[in-house]
Amino acid sequence: MVRIIADTEACASSGMCALTAPGHFDQDDEDGRVVLLADEAEDCDDEVADAVRLCPAGALRLE
Amino acid sequence: MSAPDRTPEITASETAAAEAPYGIPLERDHPFDPPAAVMALHRGAEMRRMRYYPEGRLGWLVTSHRLARKVLADTRFSSTLGSPAQVPIPMPALEAYLDFEGDFPLTPGMFIEMDPPDHTRLRRKLTGVFTVKRMKQLEPRIAAHVQDRLDALAAGPNPADLVAEFAVPVPAMMICELLGVPYDQRERFEADSRAIFTTDETGEGKQAAMLNLFAFIGELVAAKRANPTDDLLSDLAADPELADEEVAGMAILLLVAGHETTAKMLALGTMALLENRDQWELLRARPELMAGGVEELLRYLTIIHTGLIRQVKEDFEFEGHQIKAREYVTVSVQTANRDEAHFIEPEKLDVTGDAKGHLTFGHGVHQCLGQQLARMEMRIAFAGLIERFPGLRLAVPVAEVPLVTGQSFYGVAELPVTW
Repeated sequence: MVRIIADTEACASSGMCALTAPGHFDQDDEDGRVVLLADEAEDCDDEVADAVRLCPAGALRLE
Repeated sequence: MSAPDRTPEITASETAAAEAPYGIPLERDHPFDPPAAVMALHRGAEMRRMRYYPEGRLGWLVTSHRLARKVLADTRFSSTLGSPAQVPIPMPALEAYLDFEGDFPLTPGMFIEMDPPDHTRLRRKLTGVFTVKRMKQLEPRIAAHVQDRLDALAAGPNPADLVAEFAVPVPAMMICELLGVPYDQRERFEADSRAIFTTDETGEGKQAAMLNLFAFIGELVAAKRANPTDDLLSDLAADPELADEEVAGMAILLLVAGHETTAKMLALGTMALLENRDQWELLRARPELMAGGVEELLRYLTIIHTGLIRQVKEDFEFEGHQIKAREYVTVSVQTANRDEAHFIEPEKLDVTGDAKGHLTFGHGVHQCLGQQLARMEMRIAFAGLIERFPGLRLAVPVAEVPLVTGQSFYGVAELPVTW
C-alpha cells in the first residue's frame, strides 16, 4: 500500500483528482479543495497514480 | 546548429536571436493540425528564442509537453503582464501602448492576470461552484439547454449553421444561468465580450468594451445585492471580502471565458468527428466512450492555438537558458498536445485513445476554473447531437468552411451542416 498525501494549501481546486480517481478523492463543498476519501491506495492503482501525476498544482504525492 | 563561417565573437545567443521566428505561425494546411511551421519549430528544439509583436522584442517559445508543464507549474513565470505588452500574434491595439511606462494597472477581479496570493484569494471564491460534484448536479440543466437547441435545429431550416444555432447558445445559456445574467439581455454584453479578446479591435475599442461590461455587470451586482437570487452573482455580491469592482471583474472573466471557448470546441469538435466519420460512428455505437472522446478532442484540436503567455519577473537560469526579467514566454499548447514523447500517435484523432495529460486547460494554479463545466457541456452536447442527428454531415466541402486563425481561440466562423 502507498500513503496519499494532499497539500490543501497548494491545492488549486481544479478537480482533476476527483475526476480521475473518484474512489479516493473528493472536493470540499465550500472552496473545491481536495478531500481525501481514503488516504491509502494499492501500489498498482493506476487511477490514483494518474490523479497524482495530473494534479496541476503539485498538491498530491504518494509515500 | 553549426555555423562554420561565422566569426567566433558571434555567440550562441546571438545566433539564436538571429534565427528567432517572429511570433507564432498561424497559417494552416489542414483545419485540425497545428501549422506545419509550428510543428517544425517544436521538432527543432523544446525551447527557443522568439520575437514578439508589436516591436520584435526577443522572448521565448516553449513547445514540448515536458517543458510546457514545467513552465506552467513554476510561478516565477508570472501571469501578470508588465509593459510594454508583447504578444505572439499580431494585435494592432497594442501599438497604442508602446510608450506606456511601468506595469499595466490590474483590472480588478481579473485573476487570470494575477499571481498568488492575489490570484488565490479571488479564485477560491469561485472554486466551490465549479467542482466535479456541482457540475454533476448541473447535468439536467445542461441537458435541458442542449435539448432546447436540438429541437430548434430540427424545427428550423436545413442546412443550418451549427455555430449560431448550437455551439454558441448552449454554453452561453449555461454560463448566464450559473452567473445570474439574463440571457435575453445578451445583446448588452455579447459584442463587448467579443471585442475584449478580438485581436483586430483597437485599443480604444477594447477599453470602451471593458467599461461597458463593468457598467452592465455593476448594475446587475447592485440589483442582486438588493434582491438576491439563487446564482453566483448574488453570492459574490453578498461577500463582504469582495469589492464591487472585483465582483464585476470576476463575473466578466467568467462570462467571456464561458462563452467563446466551449462554443469553439463544440463546432470544431463536430467538424472533426464528421471528417473522421469512423470516430463519429464509434461514439454513436458506444456512448460510454464519450468522456474519453471529449478529452481526445480537447487534445487533438487545442483551440488555444496561440498558447499561454507568461512574463519573467527576475533573472534566472531555466533548462540551461539565461532567462531575463521582463522577457515573455509563450507556452505552445498545440505542439505540447502533439508531442510524441508524451502521446501515442498524436497526429491521429482516436476517441478510444489515452489523451490524459493534455494541456488544453493549462497546468499549474491557473488551470481552467471552468474545465469541469466545459467537459460536462461537451459530453452532453456531442452525445445529444449524435443521437438526434445520426446522419449529420457538412453541407459544404470542408475547404469552404471559414476558419478563424488570427484570434486567441482557433475555430470555425460558421459550420454549415445538413441532415
